[in-house]
Amino acid sequence: MTKNVLATGLIWLMAALVSGVFVWLLSDILIHGLPQLSWAFLAEAPENSGRSGGIGPIIVSTLLILLVAMVTAAPLGLATAVLLSEFTRYDSIFGRLVRRSLDVLAGVPSIVFGLFGNAFFCIYLGLGFSILSGGLTLACMVLPILIRTAEEGLQAAPNDYRLAAAALGMPRSAALVHLLLPSAAPALLAGLMLGVGRAMAETAALIFTSGYVDRLPNSLLDSGRALSVHIYDLSMNVAGGDANAYSSALVLILLLFIINTIAMSLAKQWLYRRVVSI
Amino acid sequence: MNEIEPVDKTRMNESYTLGPLQAGPPCCDPEPLIRVDNLTLHYRKKPALENVSLDIYKGCITALIGPSGCGKTSFLSVLNRMTDMIPDCRVSGKVHFNGKDLRDPALNVQGLRRDIGMIFQKPVPFPLSIRRNIELPLREHGISKQAELNDITQLVLQDVGLWDEVKGRLESSALALSGGQQQRLCIARALALKPKVLLMDEPCSALDPISSGVVEDLIQRLRGKYTVVIVTHNLAQARRIANYAGFFWIKDQRAGCLIEFGQCKQIFEAPVHELTAAYVSGSRG
Repeated sequence: MTKNVLATGLIWLMAALVSGVFVWLLSDILIHGLPQLSWAFLAEAPENSGRSGGIGPIIVSTLLILLVAMVTAAPLGLATAVLLSEFTRYDSIFGRLVRRSLDVLAGVPSIVFGLFGNAFFCIYLGLGFSILSGGLTLACMVLPILIRTAEEGLQAAPNDYRLAAAALGMPRSAALVHLLLPSAAPALLAGLMLGVGRAMAETAALIFTSGYVDRLPNSLLDSGRALSVHIYDLSMNVAGGDANAYSSALVLILLLFIINTIAMSLAKQWLYRRVVSI
Repeated sequence: MNEIEPVDKTRMNESYTLGPLQAGPPCCDPEPLIRVDNLTLHYRKKPALENVSLDIYKGCITALIGPSGCGKTSFLSVLNRMTDMIPDCRVSGKVHFNGKDLRDPALNVQGLRRDIGMIFQKPVPFPLSIRRNIELPLREHGISKQAELNDITQLVLQDVGLWDEVKGRLESSALALSGGQQQRLCIARALALKPKVLLMDEPCSALDPISSGVVEDLIQRLRGKYTVVIVTHNLAQARRIANYAGFFWIKDQRAGCLIEFGQCKQIFEAPVHELTAAYVSGSRG
């Protein structure tokens, strides 16, 4: 009896510790970041190396980098996942090789991706320090996550659908589009959100590829400063930038939250429209 | 089109008494639609079926009985080339459908599966509306006029006796139907493609007795219009509905093989092989 109470208490303690850390982190950011947060802060350009002014151009750059990364990575990732799960045998040499490579890639430190992006996109392809280089580098970084989650989602789709569709003489592509992808949709979305989260949080890879410039970018070939880079710069290189670093961090978290919510509700609506009520 | 005459109770009850043993059954054509000759099937190196030869007669119900693991389902999957989807599955022997070689690699498999439909043990409604469940395969086979789709949908749902139950909620999810309704929807979905043959892999075994009875009645009504091959573990059911029966058994702990094939009445009342006699009387298997 006492053992049970002890064990239950211990488990509660662990859970409380984990949530406690999160609450602490969030409240720290809220307490320090909220006072400076205003519409002006969101819209204005940074002044005095970011000590004053806002983060308008930085939000734009961040969203552009994210857009480039996701527009590139999502179709590539989905296509690879479909290839792996539907058109190659699970135990084939090709499949195993690709999966192993992806797992290794997913574990590669982001600074390595940064150096690769710098060497390949900035220098070799001549894109220079630009939003395009940064976005493409991030795309390489999130691809492994996207592919693996999408593939697992597809694998988890009931095999009965494949068999039943085949038995009705439906081509595999039709089964994929009408049955398998929709039933994997929650996993696809989760993967996409993980990818977005990782891309938004990335600093190291972007310093080398999209650069530091905090002006509003004119095109994708302009350099642009991402929020995470801005936070890093304010807190490490700019004396007296801490307050704005906090606000920027708060904006970053809010952005993530907003993107997540929008994606979730869009997906829910879409699934709901397919099947009116389950 | 696919209209089925109303259930004739008198015929249904007598359907397994097929007259004299030698003669063809009265209610269907003794003309072979599928001829299987010396069929052997391997999964990897392991044989699952050996030297099976039998004819499936047009318009008849053929029941395949036997213990689990004796290759009945494998046999069914050869007939609509579902074996193509199983890696490391090797088939040898001759299978002819309507005179065409069914194992021809150049055969249009999607067309074949339209002609030879399949119903699974567990009903597999797609996670779509009832209407879309029937329309989706039709659209894939090139039927896209909404009026035509509506007609076919109503017709096949009437055929399987589901129309009155669902006509008011065609747009709601097929997953909300009961197990028996789902299975009838799956049969309707297959019928919509106007198949010649329906392969049924224990279509009633996942259903409760009442639903099972409804589906069984439906299968009876398919006779004549469609050729049905049904795998069943329910001997009483096989006896009630089938014109022909094939008994499979695992020989020497190795591969399944066909022990005896003949008219249903003969298999159940005057089996030639002693294994068949033991199985149908319940003393073995």
